[in-house]
Amino acid sequence: MLKDVTLGQFLPGNSPVHRLDPRAKILFLIAVIVYIFITSNYFSLAVVGVFIILIMLLTGISVKLYLKSIKMILFIVLFTGIINLFYGRGEPLVQFGFLTITEAGINNAIFVAVRIALLIIASSVLTFTTSPTDLTDAIERLLKPLTIFHVKVHEIAMMMTIALRFVPTLLEETDKIMSAQKARGADMESGGLAKRVKAIVPVLIPLFVSAFRRAYELATAMECRCYQGGTGRTRMKSLHFGRVDFVSLLVCLIILAGVILCNVFLPAAVR
Amino acid sequence: MEEFIKVENVYFNYMSDEGDEQEPLSYNNVLNNISLNIVKGEFIALLGHNGCGKSTMAKLLNAMLLPTDGKVIVNGIDTSDEQHRYDIRKTVGLVLQNPDNQLVASIVEEDVAFGPENLGIDPKEIRRRVDEALKAVDMYEYRCHAPYKLSGGQKQRVAIAGMIAMEPQCLVLDEPTAMLDPKGRDEVMNTIKRLNKEKGITIVLITHYMDEAVQANRVVVMDSGQILTQGSPHEVFSNVELLKRHRLDVPQATELMYRLRGRGFASERMPLDADECVEMLDSMLKQGKGI
Repeated sequence: MLKDVTLGQFLPGNSPVHRLDPRAKILFLIAVIVYIFITSNYFSLAVVGVFIILIMLLTGISVKLYLKSIKMILFIVLFTGIINLFYGRGEPLVQFGFLTITEAGINNAIFVAVRIALLIIASSVLTFTTSPTDLTDAIERLLKPLTIFHVKVHEIAMMMTIALRFVPTLLEETDKIMSAQKARGADMESGGLAKRVKAIVPVLIPLFVSAFRRAYELATAMECRCYQGGTGRTRMKSLHFGRVDFVSLLVCLIILAGVILCNVFLPAAVR
Repeated sequence: MEEFIKVENVYFNYMSDEGDEQEPLSYNNVLNNISLNIVKGEFIALLGHNGCGKSTMAKLLNAMLLPTDGKVIVNGIDTSDEQHRYDIRKTVGLVLQNPDNQLVASIVEEDVAFGPENLGIDPKEIRRRVDEALKAVDMYEYRCHAPYKLSGGQKQRVAIAGMIAMEPQCLVLDEPTAMLDPKGRDEVMNTIKRLNKEKGITIVLITHYMDEAVQANRVVVMDSGQILTQGSPHEVFSNVELLKRHRLDVPQATELMYRLRGRGFASERMPLDADECVEMLDSMLKQGKGI
């Protein structure tokens, strides 16, 4: 039952997007998010939209999976869209009591919905094409400058790595404990919400105890393997900024220019 | 034979840090005056009951624990020498019982690289060591897999590879097969034996299983913090009475011959495994000896 849960599901492949330096991918995602939010009319939105959809197709991952990730938050997309519908100023087009729909409102609604959908697609591209280890590794390297402010970057990255590593292990353990409690007559499937929440307690307590025991053993194992923190540590896989990364950087800048030009020379649809 | 690890009159108790001053002698020692010499290339099996101090012994060998009294010397370095602690840990690798709790990364090869990365080795050299270590434990084709998808035996082999990648001279394995199924146990035992023979790595295997212990060059039996007896598997297991008195098992074949002896069978030696036992019984029956 719990096995279906996948965190940051990574889909291995060999597309240009997969081969991109994970640091570059994180930076590009941030850039694209900025693009999505600086768009002020349909033309610039179209430029960003087409760009993101092209990248999505470039990953070689089935579009269905992307739609699935949008579907998961479809409610939020629709909800914010509808709320925004009533939030425009200007001439009312339709009026139900105190609710008015204006042209600006319709524009707002479409923009918000499309923006969120694009956001989801863009971040899915990152998680689908980058292995969790690469991701944490990239975060560690990107945040490295923060060490001068005494931020424990290596420790944070190490914690993320270990957390990701233990997700499947602890899920398996939860399954086992649940079966064990069920075998002793625990009822977890019936009753109201309060009763079900209570039924979870005998699962959580052993899970916590075992997680602490695991943590203790893992610490011993790490010490046995000469772990002494981040200083003096080398990495087997060194990341390097290659030609693909520079090309994609260039493309990103062109898109930025396109967005700005559309914004400046064409009338704004939303504030 | 080169002297490698020397355990000299070691006492150990877990209370040493707190040091109850009113009753300093109230706690009992986990280890009680233990001395043991290990030479390079040896394969030692450490046997004993739960709580006899085997695991403590393992952690003393790689400076995870320090003796309360006495000395542990590895390659001429005292384990209490803090400056060389990591030199000792990379010389003597410790593999623990539960493979799940030893793996750090979510990809096999990255986990194996963890040790060498900690030692600050050049990336190219790490790559070479990781590949070599994975080949040595026969897990090379799984290098890009996620550990949680592997079987117990495979995970334990990855954990061993993680140690091998640090190129230790000695491996201490603390009941590495206790949580594995028979197939996993065989895989791990074969790996250990191969590392001992082909790479000349000294092995200290802590185990509950007699059939694993008989494969060693030397068997050391511990009981309540002391060494009860030691010697070649033949010597140790021939002394069935002593082991029985301390409620320890002997291999099945030995047990069989011991009982046959009780019925008047005149065997001069004690067999250790099924093959040897069959061989002995066959020749004895053909000679018309015994009954």
